[in-house]
Amino acid sequence: MRWWIRTVGVLALAAGLGAGCGRSRGGVTMAGSTAFQPFAEKLAEEFMRRHPEARVTVQGGGSAVGVQSALSGTAQIGMADLVELPPEASALYSVVVARDGIAVVVHPTNPVNNLTLDQVRDIFNGRIRNWREVGGADAPITVVSREAGSGTRSSFEQVLRNVVLTRDALIGDSNGAIRETVANDAQAIGYLSHGLLSEKIKALDVGGAGCTTEAILAGRYPLVRPIYLLTRGEPAGTARELIDFILSAEGQKIIRDSGLIPAR
Amino acid sequence: MRLGGEKTVRAILLAMALSAVGSLLLIAVFIFKEGVPFILRVGPRVFLFSAAWDPGTGRFGIYPMIVASVWVTLGAMLVGAPLGIAGAIFLTEFVPRTVLRVVKPTIELLAGIPSVVYGFIGVMVLAPWIRTQWGGPGLSLLAGALILGVMILPTVISISVDAINSVPRSYHEGALALGATRWQSMHMVVLKAARSGIVASVILAMGRAIGETMAVIMVAGNAVKLPHSPLDSVRTLTANIALEMGYATGLHRQALFATGVVLFLIIMLLNATAMAVMKQRARGA
Repeated sequence: MRWWIRTVGVLALAAGLGAGCGRSRGGVTMAGSTAFQPFAEKLAEEFMRRHPEARVTVQGGGSAVGVQSALSGTAQIGMADLVELPPEASALYSVVVARDGIAVVVHPTNPVNNLTLDQVRDIFNGRIRNWREVGGADAPITVVSREAGSGTRSSFEQVLRNVVLTRDALIGDSNGAIRETVANDAQAIGYLSHGLLSEKIKALDVGGAGCTTEAILAGRYPLVRPIYLLTRGEPAGTARELIDFILSAEGQKIIRDSGLIPAR
Repeated sequence: MRLGGEKTVRAILLAMALSAVGSLLLIAVFIFKEGVPFILRVGPRVFLFSAAWDPGTGRFGIYPMIVASVWVTLGAMLVGAPLGIAGAIFLTEFVPRTVLRVVKPTIELLAGIPSVVYGFIGVMVLAPWIRTQWGGPGLSLLAGALILGVMILPTVISISVDAINSVPRSYHEGALALGATRWQSMHMVVLKAARSGIVASVILAMGRAIGETMAVIMVAGNAVKLPHSPLDSVRTLTANIALEMGYATGLHRQALFATGVVLFLIIMLLNATAMAVMKQRARGA
Protein backbone atom coordinates (compact mmCIF):
# COMPACT_ATOMS: atom_id res chain seq x y z
CA MET A 1 0.00 0.00 0.00
CA ARG A 2 2.59 2.46 1.12
CA TRP A 3 4.86 2.46 -1.90
CA TRP A 4 2.21 3.49 -4.40
CA ILE A 5 1.15 6.45 -2.35
CA ARG A 6 4.73 7.62 -2.40
CA THR A 7 5.03 6.97 -6.14
CA VAL A 8 1.87 8.92 -6.88
CA GLY A 9 3.15 11.78 -4.72
CA VAL A 10 6.50 11.87 -6.49
CA LEU A 11 4.83 11.72 -9.89
CA ALA A 12 2.45 14.55 -9.00
CA LEU A 13 5.33 16.68 -7.78
CA ALA A 14 7.33 15.99 -10.94
CA ALA A 15 4.34 16.83 -13.11
CA GLY A 16 3.84 20.09 -11.25
CA LEU A 17 7.49 21.04 -11.64
CA GLY A 18 7.44 20.07 -15.30
CA ALA A 19 4.41 22.23 -15.97
CA GLY A 20 6.00 25.13 -14.12
CA CYS A 21 9.17 24.85 -16.21
CA GLY A 22 7.17 24.73 -19.43
CA ARG A 23 5.47 27.97 -18.61
CA SER A 24 8.60 29.91 -17.74
CA ARG A 25 10.49 28.86 -20.87
CA GLY A 26 9.28 31.09 -23.70
CA GLY A 27 5.55 30.24 -23.65
CA VAL A 28 3.29 32.94 -25.10
CA THR A 29 -0.50 33.00 -24.93
CA MET A 30 -2.61 35.00 -27.36
CA ALA A 31 -6.29 35.46 -26.48
CA GLY A 32 -9.28 37.46 -27.68
CA SER A 33 -10.96 38.24 -30.99
CA THR A 34 -12.63 35.19 -32.52
CA ALA A 35 -12.48 36.89 -35.93
CA PHE A 36 -8.67 36.97 -35.83
CA GLN A 37 -8.25 33.65 -34.01
CA PRO A 38 -7.95 31.39 -37.10
CA PHE A 39 -5.35 33.73 -38.60
CA ALA A 40 -3.45 33.96 -35.32
CA GLU A 41 -3.34 30.14 -35.24
CA LYS A 42 -1.82 30.05 -38.72
CA LEU A 43 0.73 32.71 -37.82
CA ALA A 44 1.61 30.98 -34.54
CA GLU A 45 2.13 27.68 -36.36
CA GLU A 46 4.53 29.27 -38.84
CA PHE A 47 6.33 31.12 -36.02
CA MET A 48 6.81 27.88 -34.06
CA ARG A 49 8.14 26.15 -37.17
CA ARG A 50 10.88 28.78 -37.31
CA HIS A 51 11.48 28.85 -33.56
CA PRO A 52 11.04 25.26 -32.36
CA GLU A 53 11.85 26.22 -28.76
CA ALA A 54 8.96 28.71 -28.51
CA ARG A 55 5.46 27.65 -27.54
CA VAL A 56 2.51 29.82 -28.61
CA THR A 57 -1.04 29.10 -27.46
CA VAL A 58 -3.97 30.80 -29.21
CA GLN A 59 -7.30 31.18 -27.44
CA GLY A 60 -10.58 32.85 -28.45
CA GLY A 61 -13.07 34.53 -26.15
CA GLY A 62 -13.88 37.74 -27.98
CA SER A 63 -12.34 41.20 -28.15
CA ALA A 64 -13.45 42.15 -24.64
CA VAL A 65 -11.65 39.08 -23.32
CA GLY A 66 -8.59 40.10 -25.36
CA VAL A 67 -8.44 43.47 -23.59
CA GLN A 68 -9.16 41.97 -20.16
CA SER A 69 -6.61 39.18 -20.41
CA ALA A 70 -3.87 41.52 -21.62
CA LEU A 71 -4.64 43.83 -18.67
CA SER A 72 -4.68 41.01 -16.13
CA GLY A 73 -1.68 39.24 -17.65
CA THR A 74 -3.45 35.92 -18.19
CA ALA A 75 -2.40 36.31 -21.82
CA GLN A 76 0.84 38.02 -22.90
CA ILE A 77 -0.84 39.20 -26.09
CA GLY A 78 -4.49 40.26 -26.30
CA MET A 79 -6.28 40.38 -29.65
CA ALA A 80 -9.04 42.91 -30.31
CA ASP A 81 -10.91 43.85 -33.49
CA LEU A 82 -12.49 47.14 -32.45
CA VAL A 83 -12.71 50.48 -34.21
CA GLU A 84 -12.21 52.26 -30.90
CA LEU A 85 -10.44 50.50 -28.07
CA PRO A 86 -12.24 50.80 -24.71
CA PRO A 87 -10.81 53.41 -22.28
CA GLU A 88 -9.19 50.79 -20.02
CA ALA A 89 -7.03 49.68 -22.96
CA SER A 90 -5.20 53.02 -22.97
CA ALA A 91 -2.83 51.54 -20.39
CA LEU A 92 -1.80 48.87 -22.91
CA TYR A 93 0.76 48.92 -25.70
CA SER A 94 -1.15 48.40 -28.92
CA VAL A 95 -0.20 47.72 -32.52
CA VAL A 96 -2.40 47.23 -35.60
CA VAL A 97 -1.39 44.02 -37.39
CA ALA A 98 -4.20 43.69 -39.93
CA ARG A 99 -7.45 45.19 -41.17
CA ASP A 100 -10.71 43.45 -41.76
CA GLY A 101 -13.63 44.60 -43.89
CA ILE A 102 -17.14 44.05 -42.63
CA ALA A 103 -19.27 42.87 -45.52
CA VAL A 104 -23.00 43.69 -45.65
CA VAL A 105 -24.59 40.52 -47.00
CA VAL A 106 -27.94 39.48 -48.47
CA HIS A 107 -29.41 36.40 -50.14
CA PRO A 108 -27.96 35.83 -53.66
CA THR A 109 -31.42 36.18 -55.23
CA ASN A 110 -31.91 39.68 -53.79
CA PRO A 111 -31.96 42.21 -56.68
CA VAL A 112 -30.41 44.97 -54.53
CA ASN A 113 -26.69 45.38 -55.25
CA ASN A 114 -25.62 48.50 -53.47
CA LEU A 115 -26.62 50.66 -50.52
CA THR A 116 -25.37 53.95 -49.14
CA LEU A 117 -24.01 54.10 -45.58
CA ASP A 118 -27.18 56.02 -44.59
CA GLN A 119 -29.39 53.30 -46.02
CA VAL A 120 -27.45 50.59 -44.16
CA ARG A 121 -27.81 52.60 -40.94
CA ASP A 122 -31.55 53.13 -41.44
CA ILE A 123 -32.12 49.45 -42.17
CA PHE A 124 -30.36 48.41 -38.97
CA ASN A 125 -32.11 51.22 -37.04
CA GLY A 126 -35.44 49.86 -38.22
CA ARG A 127 -36.39 53.03 -40.13
CA ILE A 128 -36.30 51.31 -43.52
CA ARG A 129 -38.40 48.16 -43.18
CA ASN A 130 -39.19 47.15 -46.76
CA TRP A 131 -36.82 46.25 -49.59
CA ARG A 132 -38.95 48.40 -51.93
CA GLU A 133 -37.60 51.54 -50.24
CA VAL A 134 -34.06 50.73 -51.39
CA GLY A 135 -34.94 49.50 -54.87
CA GLY A 136 -35.73 45.87 -54.15
CA ALA A 137 -38.84 43.73 -54.18
CA ASP A 138 -41.91 44.56 -52.08
CA ALA A 139 -40.98 42.42 -49.07
CA PRO A 140 -40.23 43.11 -45.41
CA ILE A 141 -36.55 43.23 -44.47
CA THR A 142 -35.30 40.67 -41.94
CA VAL A 143 -32.43 42.31 -40.07
CA VAL A 144 -29.82 39.90 -38.71
CA SER A 145 -27.20 41.10 -36.23
CA ARG A 146 -24.66 39.79 -33.73
CA GLU A 147 -25.06 39.64 -29.95
CA ALA A 148 -24.22 42.59 -27.67
CA GLY A 149 -20.48 42.55 -26.91
CA SER A 150 -19.39 41.08 -30.24
CA GLY A 151 -16.37 42.91 -31.72
CA THR A 152 -17.83 42.71 -35.23
CA ARG A 153 -21.07 44.27 -34.00
CA SER A 154 -19.48 47.09 -32.05
CA SER A 155 -17.13 47.92 -34.94
CA PHE A 156 -20.07 47.90 -37.36
CA GLU A 157 -22.12 50.20 -35.14
CA GLN A 158 -19.18 52.53 -34.47
CA VAL A 159 -18.43 53.00 -38.16
CA LEU A 160 -22.10 53.63 -38.97
CA ARG A 161 -22.56 55.88 -35.90
CA ASN A 162 -25.89 56.33 -34.07
CA VAL A 163 -27.15 52.82 -34.68
CA VAL A 164 -29.81 51.71 -32.24
CA LEU A 165 -30.44 48.19 -33.43
CA THR A 166 -34.10 47.55 -34.22
CA ARG A 167 -35.90 45.37 -31.68
CA ASP A 168 -37.03 43.10 -34.51
CA ALA A 169 -33.49 42.07 -35.38
CA LEU A 170 -32.64 38.38 -35.25
CA ILE A 171 -29.46 37.67 -33.32
CA GLY A 172 -26.88 35.09 -34.39
CA ASP A 173 -24.01 34.20 -32.09
CA SER A 174 -21.22 33.81 -34.67
CA ASN A 175 -20.18 34.78 -38.19
CA GLY A 176 -21.23 31.28 -39.27
CA ALA A 177 -24.71 31.63 -37.74
CA ILE A 178 -25.19 34.94 -39.60
CA ARG A 179 -24.09 33.33 -42.85
CA GLU A 180 -26.52 30.41 -42.47
CA THR A 181 -29.43 32.67 -41.54
CA VAL A 182 -28.87 35.00 -44.50
CA ALA A 183 -28.26 32.11 -46.91
CA ASN A 184 -31.60 30.59 -45.88
CA ASP A 185 -33.77 33.72 -45.98
CA ALA A 186 -34.36 35.63 -49.23
CA GLN A 187 -35.36 38.78 -47.30
CA ALA A 188 -32.50 38.84 -44.80
CA ILE A 189 -29.64 41.31 -44.44
CA GLY A 190 -26.68 40.77 -42.13
CA TYR A 191 -22.99 41.57 -41.79
CA LEU A 192 -19.88 39.50 -41.25
CA SER A 193 -16.12 39.46 -41.57
CA HIS A 194 -14.85 39.93 -45.14
CA GLY A 195 -12.66 36.83 -44.80
CA LEU A 196 -15.71 34.62 -44.28
CA LEU A 197 -17.71 35.46 -47.42
CA SER A 198 -18.89 32.52 -49.51
CA GLU A 199 -20.94 31.96 -52.67
CA LYS A 200 -24.04 31.15 -50.58
CA ILE A 201 -24.47 34.85 -49.80
CA LYS A 202 -24.01 38.11 -51.71
CA ALA A 203 -21.93 41.03 -50.43
CA LEU A 204 -23.40 44.45 -51.25
CA ASP A 205 -21.46 47.48 -52.44
CA VAL A 206 -21.54 50.08 -49.69
CA GLY A 207 -21.19 53.74 -50.66
CA GLY A 208 -20.26 52.70 -54.20
CA ALA A 209 -17.37 50.39 -53.32
CA GLY A 210 -17.37 46.59 -53.22
CA CYS A 211 -16.04 44.72 -50.22
CA THR A 212 -12.78 43.64 -51.87
CA THR A 213 -9.18 43.63 -50.68
CA GLU A 214 -8.30 46.31 -53.27
CA ALA A 215 -11.10 48.67 -52.26
CA ILE A 216 -10.25 48.27 -48.56
CA LEU A 217 -6.51 48.88 -49.17
CA ALA A 218 -7.35 51.95 -51.25
CA GLY A 219 -9.55 53.24 -48.42
CA ARG A 220 -12.66 53.30 -50.60
CA TYR A 221 -14.70 50.70 -48.69
CA PRO A 222 -16.06 52.36 -45.54
CA LEU A 223 -16.78 49.42 -43.23
CA VAL A 224 -13.29 48.51 -42.05
CA ARG A 225 -11.96 47.73 -38.61
CA PRO A 226 -8.37 47.38 -37.43
CA ILE A 227 -7.13 44.29 -35.59
CA TYR A 228 -5.01 45.18 -32.59
CA LEU A 229 -2.49 43.16 -30.66
CA LEU A 230 -2.27 44.41 -27.08
CA THR A 231 0.48 43.89 -24.51
CA ARG A 232 1.06 45.20 -21.02
CA GLY A 233 4.00 47.55 -21.57
CA GLU A 234 6.41 47.23 -24.51
CA PRO A 235 6.49 43.58 -25.59
CA ALA A 236 9.69 41.69 -24.75
CA GLY A 237 11.22 38.28 -25.36
CA THR A 238 9.19 35.76 -27.33
CA ALA A 239 6.13 38.03 -27.46
CA ARG A 240 8.28 40.71 -29.13
CA GLU A 241 9.68 38.22 -31.67
CA LEU A 242 6.17 36.96 -32.43
CA ILE A 243 4.75 40.45 -33.02
CA ASP A 244 7.77 41.36 -35.14
CA PHE A 245 7.21 38.20 -37.18
CA ILE A 246 3.51 39.04 -37.72
CA LEU A 247 4.47 42.54 -38.89
CA SER A 248 7.28 41.26 -41.13
CA ALA A 249 6.82 40.78 -44.87
CA GLU A 250 6.28 37.01 -44.45
CA GLY A 251 3.80 37.46 -41.64
CA GLN A 252 1.81 40.04 -43.59
CA LYS A 253 1.85 37.74 -46.63
CA ILE A 254 0.27 34.95 -44.57
CA ILE A 255 -2.41 37.42 -43.43
CA ARG A 256 -3.06 38.47 -47.02
CA ASP A 257 -3.13 34.92 -48.39
CA SER A 258 -5.67 33.81 -45.81
CA GLY A 259 -8.12 36.57 -46.72
CA LEU A 260 -7.41 39.42 -44.31
CA ILE A 261 -6.11 42.83 -45.26
CA PRO A 262 -2.44 43.39 -44.28
CA ALA A 263 -1.68 46.42 -42.13
CA ARG A 264 1.46 47.47 -44.00
CA MET B 1 -0.65 5.95 6.59
CA ARG B 2 -3.11 3.04 6.69
CA LEU B 3 -6.08 3.44 4.42
CA GLY B 4 -8.17 0.45 5.52
CA GLY B 5 -10.90 0.32 8.10
CA GLU B 6 -14.67 0.45 7.96
CA LYS B 7 -14.85 3.99 9.22
CA THR B 8 -12.52 5.41 6.59
CA VAL B 9 -14.40 3.77 3.76
CA ARG B 10 -17.67 4.96 5.21
CA ALA B 11 -16.39 8.52 5.51
CA ILE B 12 -15.14 8.48 1.95
CA LEU B 13 -18.44 7.16 0.60
CA LEU B 14 -20.36 9.72 2.64
CA ALA B 15 -18.21 12.52 1.25
CA MET B 16 -18.84 11.28 -2.28
CA ALA B 17 -22.57 11.07 -1.68
CA LEU B 18 -22.65 14.56 -0.24
CA SER B 19 -20.62 16.01 -3.11
CA ALA B 20 -23.69 16.00 -5.39
CA VAL B 21 -25.80 17.90 -2.87
CA GLY B 22 -22.80 20.06 -2.03
CA SER B 23 -22.17 21.11 -5.61
CA LEU B 24 -25.85 21.98 -6.08
CA LEU B 25 -25.64 24.12 -2.96
CA LEU B 26 -22.43 25.79 -4.15
CA ILE B 27 -23.94 26.56 -7.55
CA ALA B 28 -27.03 28.09 -5.92
CA VAL B 29 -24.95 30.17 -3.49
CA PHE B 30 -22.66 31.37 -6.28
CA ILE B 31 -25.46 32.38 -8.64
CA PHE B 32 -27.32 34.21 -5.88
CA LYS B 33 -24.19 35.92 -4.57
CA GLU B 34 -23.40 37.29 -8.05
CA GLY B 35 -26.96 38.02 -9.14
CA VAL B 36 -28.98 39.23 -6.17
CA PRO B 37 -26.92 42.39 -5.42
CA PHE B 38 -27.40 43.39 -9.05
CA ILE B 39 -31.18 42.92 -8.89
CA LEU B 40 -31.33 45.03 -5.72
CA ARG B 41 -29.16 47.70 -7.32
CA VAL B 42 -31.21 48.04 -10.51
CA GLY B 43 -34.47 47.41 -8.69
CA PRO B 44 -36.50 44.20 -9.08
CA ARG B 45 -39.36 46.11 -10.78
CA VAL B 46 -37.13 47.49 -13.52
CA PHE B 47 -35.19 44.26 -13.96
CA LEU B 48 -38.22 41.99 -14.15
CA PHE B 49 -40.81 44.18 -15.85
CA SER B 50 -38.97 46.59 -18.13
CA ALA B 51 -38.83 45.58 -21.77
CA ALA B 52 -35.55 47.36 -22.63
CA TRP B 53 -32.43 45.18 -22.73
CA ASP B 54 -29.38 47.08 -23.97
CA PRO B 55 -26.29 46.28 -21.90
CA GLY B 56 -24.24 48.79 -23.92
CA THR B 57 -26.23 51.71 -22.51
CA GLY B 58 -26.85 50.13 -19.11
CA ARG B 59 -30.47 49.12 -19.60
CA PHE B 60 -31.27 45.74 -18.16
CA GLY B 61 -34.91 44.63 -18.44
CA ILE B 62 -35.57 40.92 -18.94
CA TYR B 63 -39.38 40.98 -19.22
CA PRO B 64 -39.38 39.98 -22.92
CA MET B 65 -37.17 36.97 -22.13
CA ILE B 66 -39.35 35.81 -19.23
CA VAL B 67 -42.39 35.97 -21.50
CA ALA B 68 -40.48 34.19 -24.26
CA SER B 69 -39.35 31.36 -21.97
CA VAL B 70 -42.89 30.84 -20.69
CA TRP B 71 -44.42 30.76 -24.19
CA VAL B 72 -41.76 28.52 -25.70
CA THR B 73 -42.09 26.08 -22.80
CA LEU B 74 -45.90 26.11 -22.93
CA GLY B 75 -45.78 25.59 -26.69
CA ALA B 76 -43.40 22.66 -26.28
CA MET B 77 -45.73 21.11 -23.69
CA LEU B 78 -48.71 21.54 -26.04
CA VAL B 79 -46.81 19.65 -28.73
CA GLY B 80 -44.93 17.13 -26.65
CA ALA B 81 -47.24 16.14 -23.80
CA PRO B 82 -50.29 14.94 -25.80
CA LEU B 83 -48.09 13.21 -28.37
CA GLY B 84 -45.95 11.62 -25.70
CA ILE B 85 -48.82 10.42 -23.49
CA ALA B 86 -50.79 9.15 -26.50
CA GLY B 87 -47.67 7.35 -27.68
CA ALA B 88 -47.20 5.76 -24.27
CA ILE B 89 -50.82 4.55 -24.18
CA PHE B 90 -50.54 3.13 -27.67
CA LEU B 91 -47.27 1.37 -26.92
CA THR B 92 -48.45 -0.22 -23.68
CA GLU B 93 -51.97 -1.15 -24.68
CA PHE B 94 -52.45 -1.46 -28.39
CA VAL B 95 -49.34 -3.18 -29.71
CA PRO B 96 -47.77 -6.53 -28.81
CA ARG B 97 -45.14 -6.54 -26.03
CA THR B 98 -42.39 -7.45 -28.47
CA VAL B 99 -43.00 -4.23 -30.41
CA LEU B 100 -42.75 -2.22 -27.18
CA ARG B 101 -39.47 -3.96 -26.38
CA VAL B 102 -38.01 -2.73 -29.67
CA VAL B 103 -39.68 0.68 -29.94
CA LYS B 104 -39.11 1.97 -26.39
CA PRO B 105 -35.29 1.76 -26.47
CA THR B 106 -35.38 3.37 -29.91
CA ILE B 107 -37.37 6.29 -28.55
CA GLU B 108 -34.97 6.56 -25.62
CA LEU B 109 -32.15 6.86 -28.15
CA LEU B 110 -33.78 10.14 -29.24
CA ALA B 111 -32.74 11.57 -25.89
CA GLY B 112 -29.13 10.86 -26.76
CA ILE B 113 -29.12 13.05 -29.86
CA PRO B 114 -27.17 16.23 -29.03
CA SER B 115 -29.36 19.33 -28.92
CA VAL B 116 -27.15 21.05 -31.48
CA VAL B 117 -28.32 18.44 -34.01
CA TYR B 118 -31.96 19.23 -33.28
CA GLY B 119 -31.09 22.90 -33.67
CA PHE B 120 -29.38 22.28 -36.99
CA ILE B 121 -32.40 20.42 -38.36
CA GLY B 122 -34.56 23.29 -37.08
CA VAL B 123 -32.47 25.88 -38.93
CA MET B 124 -32.18 23.91 -42.16
CA VAL B 125 -35.66 22.39 -42.45
CA LEU B 126 -38.19 23.72 -39.96
CA ALA B 127 -37.44 27.47 -40.10
CA PRO B 128 -37.52 27.76 -43.92
CA TRP B 129 -40.73 25.70 -43.94
CA ILE B 130 -42.41 28.00 -41.39
CA ARG B 131 -41.26 31.02 -43.41
CA THR B 132 -42.74 29.78 -46.67
CA GLN B 133 -45.97 28.50 -45.05
CA TRP B 134 -46.85 31.40 -42.78
CA GLY B 135 -44.35 34.18 -43.40
CA GLY B 136 -42.27 35.97 -40.78
CA PRO B 137 -38.56 35.30 -40.30
CA GLY B 138 -39.02 31.56 -39.76
CA LEU B 139 -36.64 31.55 -36.80
CA SER B 140 -39.43 32.00 -34.31
CA LEU B 141 -41.26 31.10 -31.14
CA LEU B 142 -43.16 28.45 -33.10
CA ALA B 143 -39.94 26.85 -34.37
CA GLY B 144 -38.54 26.77 -30.83
CA ALA B 145 -41.72 25.24 -29.42
CA LEU B 146 -41.90 22.56 -32.14
CA ILE B 147 -38.26 21.54 -31.78
CA LEU B 148 -38.52 21.44 -27.97
CA GLY B 149 -41.78 19.50 -28.26
CA VAL B 150 -39.95 16.77 -30.15
CA MET B 151 -36.96 16.91 -27.81
CA ILE B 152 -39.10 16.19 -24.73
CA LEU B 153 -40.89 13.21 -26.33
CA PRO B 154 -38.47 10.55 -25.05
CA THR B 155 -38.80 11.83 -21.47
CA VAL B 156 -42.60 11.84 -21.58
CA ILE B 157 -42.97 8.51 -23.40
CA SER B 158 -40.36 6.59 -21.46
CA ILE B 159 -41.53 7.60 -17.96
CA SER B 160 -45.23 7.35 -18.88
CA VAL B 161 -44.75 3.83 -20.28
CA ASP B 162 -43.07 2.79 -17.05
CA ALA B 163 -45.88 4.38 -15.00
CA ILE B 164 -48.61 2.63 -17.01
CA ASN B 165 -46.76 -0.69 -16.89
CA SER B 166 -46.44 -0.48 -13.12
CA VAL B 167 -50.24 -0.45 -12.73
CA PRO B 168 -51.20 -4.01 -11.67
CA ARG B 169 -52.57 -6.03 -14.55
CA SER B 170 -55.57 -7.02 -12.36
CA TYR B 171 -56.98 -3.46 -12.45
CA HIS B 172 -57.18 -3.62 -16.19
CA GLU B 173 -58.58 -7.14 -16.20
CA GLY B 174 -61.13 -6.23 -13.53
CA ALA B 175 -62.40 -3.33 -15.62
CA LEU B 176 -62.64 -5.56 -18.70
CA ALA B 177 -64.52 -8.16 -16.66
CA LEU B 178 -67.07 -5.51 -15.68
CA GLY B 179 -67.81 -4.92 -19.32
CA ALA B 180 -65.56 -1.92 -20.05
CA THR B 181 -64.02 -1.68 -23.49
CA ARG B 182 -60.24 -1.57 -23.82
CA TRP B 183 -60.26 2.22 -24.15
CA GLN B 184 -62.71 2.69 -21.26
CA SER B 185 -60.59 0.53 -19.01
CA MET B 186 -57.53 2.50 -20.13
CA HIS B 187 -58.74 6.01 -19.47
CA MET B 188 -61.06 5.29 -16.54
CA VAL B 189 -58.87 2.92 -14.56
CA VAL B 190 -55.28 2.52 -15.71
CA LEU B 191 -54.55 6.17 -16.51
CA LYS B 192 -56.04 7.28 -13.18
CA ALA B 193 -53.84 4.83 -11.32
CA ALA B 194 -50.75 5.87 -13.30
CA ARG B 195 -51.50 9.58 -13.05
CA SER B 196 -48.74 10.55 -10.66
CA GLY B 197 -46.09 8.95 -12.90
CA ILE B 198 -47.49 10.61 -16.00
CA VAL B 199 -47.58 14.02 -14.30
CA ALA B 200 -43.99 13.43 -13.18
CA SER B 201 -42.96 12.74 -16.78
CA VAL B 202 -44.52 16.01 -17.89
CA ILE B 203 -42.80 17.95 -15.08
CA LEU B 204 -39.41 16.49 -15.97
CA ALA B 205 -40.04 17.33 -19.61
CA MET B 206 -40.97 20.88 -18.65
CA GLY B 207 -37.67 21.19 -16.79
CA ARG B 208 -35.81 20.05 -19.88
CA ALA B 209 -37.75 22.43 -22.14
CA ILE B 210 -37.21 25.55 -20.05
CA GLY B 211 -33.55 24.74 -19.47
CA GLU B 212 -32.70 23.80 -23.05
CA THR B 213 -30.31 26.32 -24.58
CA MET B 214 -28.44 25.34 -27.73
CA ALA B 215 -31.38 24.24 -29.88
CA VAL B 216 -33.39 27.29 -28.85
CA ILE B 217 -30.57 29.72 -29.65
CA MET B 218 -30.34 28.22 -33.11
CA VAL B 219 -34.05 28.24 -34.02
CA ALA B 220 -35.74 31.02 -32.04
CA GLY B 221 -33.98 33.99 -33.66
CA ASN B 222 -33.05 35.65 -30.34
CA ALA B 223 -34.60 39.07 -30.94
CA VAL B 224 -35.17 40.91 -27.67
CA LYS B 225 -38.81 41.94 -27.93
CA LEU B 226 -42.22 40.93 -26.70
CA PRO B 227 -43.71 38.39 -29.10
CA HIS B 228 -47.06 39.34 -30.65
CA SER B 229 -47.54 36.10 -32.56
CA PRO B 230 -45.97 32.62 -32.63
CA LEU B 231 -44.17 33.69 -35.81
CA ASP B 232 -42.18 36.39 -34.00
CA SER B 233 -38.56 35.82 -33.09
CA VAL B 234 -37.91 35.52 -29.34
CA ARG B 235 -35.00 35.19 -26.92
CA THR B 236 -35.37 32.90 -23.92
CA LEU B 237 -33.66 33.38 -20.55
CA THR B 238 -31.19 30.57 -21.19
CA ALA B 239 -30.37 31.91 -24.66
CA ASN B 240 -29.71 35.36 -23.20
CA ILE B 241 -27.13 33.97 -20.77
CA ALA B 242 -25.40 31.75 -23.32
CA LEU B 243 -25.32 34.38 -26.09
CA GLU B 244 -23.72 37.13 -24.08
CA MET B 245 -21.69 35.26 -21.45
CA GLY B 246 -18.56 35.14 -23.57
CA TYR B 247 -18.17 38.90 -23.71
CA ALA B 248 -19.84 40.16 -20.61
CA THR B 249 -17.79 41.99 -18.00
CA GLY B 250 -18.73 44.07 -14.97
CA LEU B 251 -22.40 45.01 -14.67
CA HIS B 252 -23.33 43.12 -17.82
CA ARG B 253 -21.90 39.91 -16.35
CA GLN B 254 -23.80 40.45 -13.11
CA ALA B 255 -26.97 41.03 -15.12
CA LEU B 256 -26.52 37.62 -16.72
CA PHE B 257 -26.09 36.00 -13.31
CA ALA B 258 -29.26 37.80 -12.23
CA THR B 259 -30.97 36.26 -15.27
CA GLY B 260 -29.76 32.93 -13.91
CA VAL B 261 -31.33 33.72 -10.53
CA VAL B 262 -34.69 34.35 -12.21
CA LEU B 263 -34.40 31.12 -14.20
CA PHE B 264 -33.53 29.22 -11.02
CA LEU B 265 -36.54 30.66 -9.18
CA ILE B 266 -38.93 29.95 -12.08
CA ILE B 267 -37.84 26.30 -12.21
CA MET B 268 -38.16 25.95 -8.42
CA LEU B 269 -41.61 27.52 -8.55
CA LEU B 270 -42.72 25.26 -11.41
CA ASN B 271 -41.54 22.13 -9.65
CA ALA B 272 -43.06 23.13 -6.33
CA THR B 273 -46.43 23.91 -7.93
CA ALA B 274 -46.44 20.68 -9.89
CA MET B 275 -45.56 18.65 -6.82
CA ALA B 276 -48.28 20.32 -4.78
CA VAL B 277 -50.83 19.58 -7.51
CA MET B 278 -49.67 15.99 -7.64
CA LYS B 279 -50.06 15.50 -3.91
CA GLN B 280 -53.49 17.07 -3.89
CA ARG B 281 -54.69 14.89 -6.75
CA ALA B 282 -53.30 11.77 -5.15
CA ARG B 283 -55.18 12.53 -1.96
CA GLY B 284 -58.39 13.40 -3.81
CA ALA B 285 -58.41 10.24 -5.89
